[in-house]
Amino acid sequence: MENTEIKKETKKRGQWKEVWRRLKKNKLAMVGLVVLVLIILTALFADFVAPYGYREQNLSKITLKPNAEHLLGTDDLGRDILSRIIYGTRISLLVGIVAVTFSIIVGGILGAAAGFYGGVLDNIIMRIMDIMLAIPSILLAIALVTAFGGGLFNVMIAIGISSLPAYARVVKAAVISIKEQEFIEAAKAIGARDFRIIAAHIIPNSLAPIIVQGTLGVASAILSVAGLSFIGLGIQPPTPEWGSMLSNGRYLIRTAWHVATFPGIAIMITIFALNVLGDGLRDALDPRLKQ
Amino acid sequence: MSDILLDIKNLRVEYHTEDGIVKAVEDLYLTLNKGETLGLVGETGAGKTTTALSIIKLVPDPPGKIINGEILFKGEALLKKKTETMRKIRGNKISMIFQDPMTSLNPVLTVGFQIEEAVMLHQKLDRQEAKKRSAEMLKLVGIPPERGGDYPHQFSGGMRQRVGIAMALSCNPELLIADEPTTALDVTIQAQVLNLMRKLKTEFKTSLLLITHDLGVVAEVCDKVAIMYAGTIVEYAEVASLFNDPKHPYTKGLLNSIPSLDEDVERLTPIKGLMPDPTDLPKGCKFHPRCPKAQEICSREVPAITSLKENHQVSCLIYQGLVPA
Amino acid sequence: MYKYIFRRILLLIPVILGVSFVVFTIMFFTPGDPAQIMLGERAPAEEVAQLREQMGLNKPFFVQFFNFIKNALRGDLGRSLTTKRPVYDELMSRFPQTMQLAAAAVLVAVVLGIPIGILSATKQYSVFDMVAMVFALVGVSMPNFWQGLMMILLFSIVLRWLPSSGYGTFRHLIMPALTIGTSSMALITRMTRSSMLEVVRQDYIRTARAKGLSERVVINRHALKNALIPVITVIGLQFGYLLGGAVLTETIFSWPGVGRLMVEAIRSKDFPVVQGGVLLLAITFSVVNLVVDILYAYIDPRIKAQYK
Repeated sequence: MENTEIKKETKKRGQWKEVWRRLKKNKLAMVGLVVLVLIILTALFADFVAPYGYREQNLSKITLKPNAEHLLGTDDLGRDILSRIIYGTRISLLVGIVAVTFSIIVGGILGAAAGFYGGVLDNIIMRIMDIMLAIPSILLAIALVTAFGGGLFNVMIAIGISSLPAYARVVKAAVISIKEQEFIEAAKAIGARDFRIIAAHIIPNSLAPIIVQGTLGVASAILSVAGLSFIGLGIQPPTPEWGSMLSNGRYLIRTAWHVATFPGIAIMITIFALNVLGDGLRDALDPRLKQ
Repeated sequence: MSDILLDIKNLRVEYHTEDGIVKAVEDLYLTLNKGETLGLVGETGAGKTTTALSIIKLVPDPPGKIINGEILFKGEALLKKKTETMRKIRGNKISMIFQDPMTSLNPVLTVGFQIEEAVMLHQKLDRQEAKKRSAEMLKLVGIPPERGGDYPHQFSGGMRQRVGIAMALSCNPELLIADEPTTALDVTIQAQVLNLMRKLKTEFKTSLLLITHDLGVVAEVCDKVAIMYAGTIVEYAEVASLFNDPKHPYTKGLLNSIPSLDEDVERLTPIKGLMPDPTDLPKGCKFHPRCPKAQEICSREVPAITSLKENHQVSCLIYQGLVPA
Repeated sequence: MYKYIFRRILLLIPVILGVSFVVFTIMFFTPGDPAQIMLGERAPAEEVAQLREQMGLNKPFFVQFFNFIKNALRGDLGRSLTTKRPVYDELMSRFPQTMQLAAAAVLVAVVLGIPIGILSATKQYSVFDMVAMVFALVGVSMPNFWQGLMMILLFSIVLRWLPSSGYGTFRHLIMPALTIGTSSMALITRMTRSSMLEVVRQDYIRTARAKGLSERVVINRHALKNALIPVITVIGLQFGYLLGGAVLTETIFSWPGVGRLMVEAIRSKDFPVVQGGVLLLAITFSVVNLVVDILYAYIDPRIKAQYK
């Protein structure tokens, strides 16, 4: 028994090294990874990187075009756009990660339950997932935020709820594939033992698609929160959320184009990095890897 | 000798992959006469399919490359021909049947159309005439012609393979290459398909290059047989000659490893060792690590082709007098 | 075949009911008293209470839901709290415009996306392929409302070629359609490319070549049909994304569609309108997916045969 455990461990470690090796070969994905790390570092050390505070108003210097003192210009309340973008990385990353984590946990539990118990429970859960999928996820998020009210926390939960069906499906598929294997082995199944074995196996089996889905999901969550803030739901100023900055800049587009342009670029770079990394992970974790 | 239909000389094909250069085929010599059925036998990975694909220049490039060699078809050098010219030959003068009938047919086109295509292309028939021809071919292979409007998934594996045969023979090719046509089929269906091929071959006077790993099939259908190992031919003979008087140690090993119906044996005698890694082939005679007769010289010298008697050739240092038998 | 269509339509009904339930429930628990909102902040308490009674807002949850369904089936989705007009009318007067936008966006996505994807696949690793893929990645990464703003900046403000808002002519349609359509186009390009690459590796393509068919015929006749099958499903799903995108984009371009109506309704807490809007778009999405599924079954003979 011990030998197989040890062999499994080394096999797993070898597999992860192999994944990393394949990922490294993908130049674009590596670029994405580096950018992402830079963004994370910016978020962590925002206080040191940002030239100004994010709510520092300076009414004598409103809507200045980019210049030496304010590299990306100022908005209509004289706040430095570069600093706001830098602090904005915190909001975006936070929302992305929390929303996705929520989706993975709740979706994962639902999917696991559906796959494990099958039958009526499976049917009910999958029907609910179908219904959720029938509503375009942005609309669902809009409806939920309307009901919950705005604010960072509610937005994260709303986005988390609207994207959980994907994870439910992934985990359910993983459970079913294990169930079919394990039942053959564990003919004499003791209830608790069964669950533990399956729990110990669901995670490795569904890890790969969840990682890929999750990375892309963070990107999608960031887009969602930007969109929600843009139409006035979700996160409001002075919190430096990129989408609300865009909304602000919309009315200034004719005179102060920079207010809307730069936050959008920030969003684009972040999403691009995540997408490219997600793609790279998907290729690197290709089932061809698992023998 | 105007009897020779296909003459392969010194063929060398490599695959350039991430893990190294795979030497699929090296120093390959092969001849096929008109009207003959030649069996090309070897284990998986011996290079048989690559050889077949080289004849019609369909080796996937990348990663495959035909490094050198000559393939003469009725005296014409195929490897020198342009793609346009090859297209006129494929499906027309030289046809190929592939191994896996489940994936060799296009799932979204009817089987009738897939036969009509070839005919319309090479014989310049219009749609109506092509349909007639297609129906004829289906009947010939034992499929009711009305089923021409059906899709591949509506047929069993054996029937799909018959469709493949119909497609291949529809333009009356002079050479038919069959790459393990029955490997993916049940044994009873195998017999049917082989019989069909035998019958059609005689009717159409087609020469047949039959690739297989099954010596039983060879015994049934073939006139001559070539044994392939790690990319080259190690023995070539008439079928009876090979079975009764095998020369090469590999051939002897293959024949010995077939369980006998008459003898009562406790253990099978396989050939010891495994097929070599194609990115790291042994020096000298490629078989020497597994050969019961191997001597030191076998790891240095590459055996030449020795003609033992009419139509029996072997590549082994024993028959060059360099190694005791 | 008809059995299949019938079954799928039948399956649609519980889904729509489910969606109605979810949307209704969400709106039900939204803070804010519809009667109060309708009468305004200054309205006396008795009036508000009376209106609540009238609107049936004091009845238990399931009774209200049941009434909602009953009325919806008759086309009565309540009244807008702000304009007092029937929600149904408000939605329907704007629905064609949104559909027009969505259709234009789909056209952009498909007519441009698929050919580029095919070309990328057949010329894998060429300059064209690399450029196309980078563009596609960028396209997928741009938030569409930002893209809309940038397009207005460039084409309306700087170049003055196109109007920045409004409705009516083709020139009004271009930018909004391109804005929503680009992300979908990028996705479809990538999907088409990867599907083609997958198909071209298949055995039956090798068989086609072995028959002597020209490469053009092999791609167009043998590969394409197979490759497009998964892409069609994606197009259907993308439609949902397009409808969602319409909500944001209509606002930017002042496009008189359902999306813009909903954004205003959210701001003014006009719940019946938000409810009706989400419901309408969800139903549209479901119907579109149904059509795509049927189309899919029609094209792929393997599915078609299951239901003969």
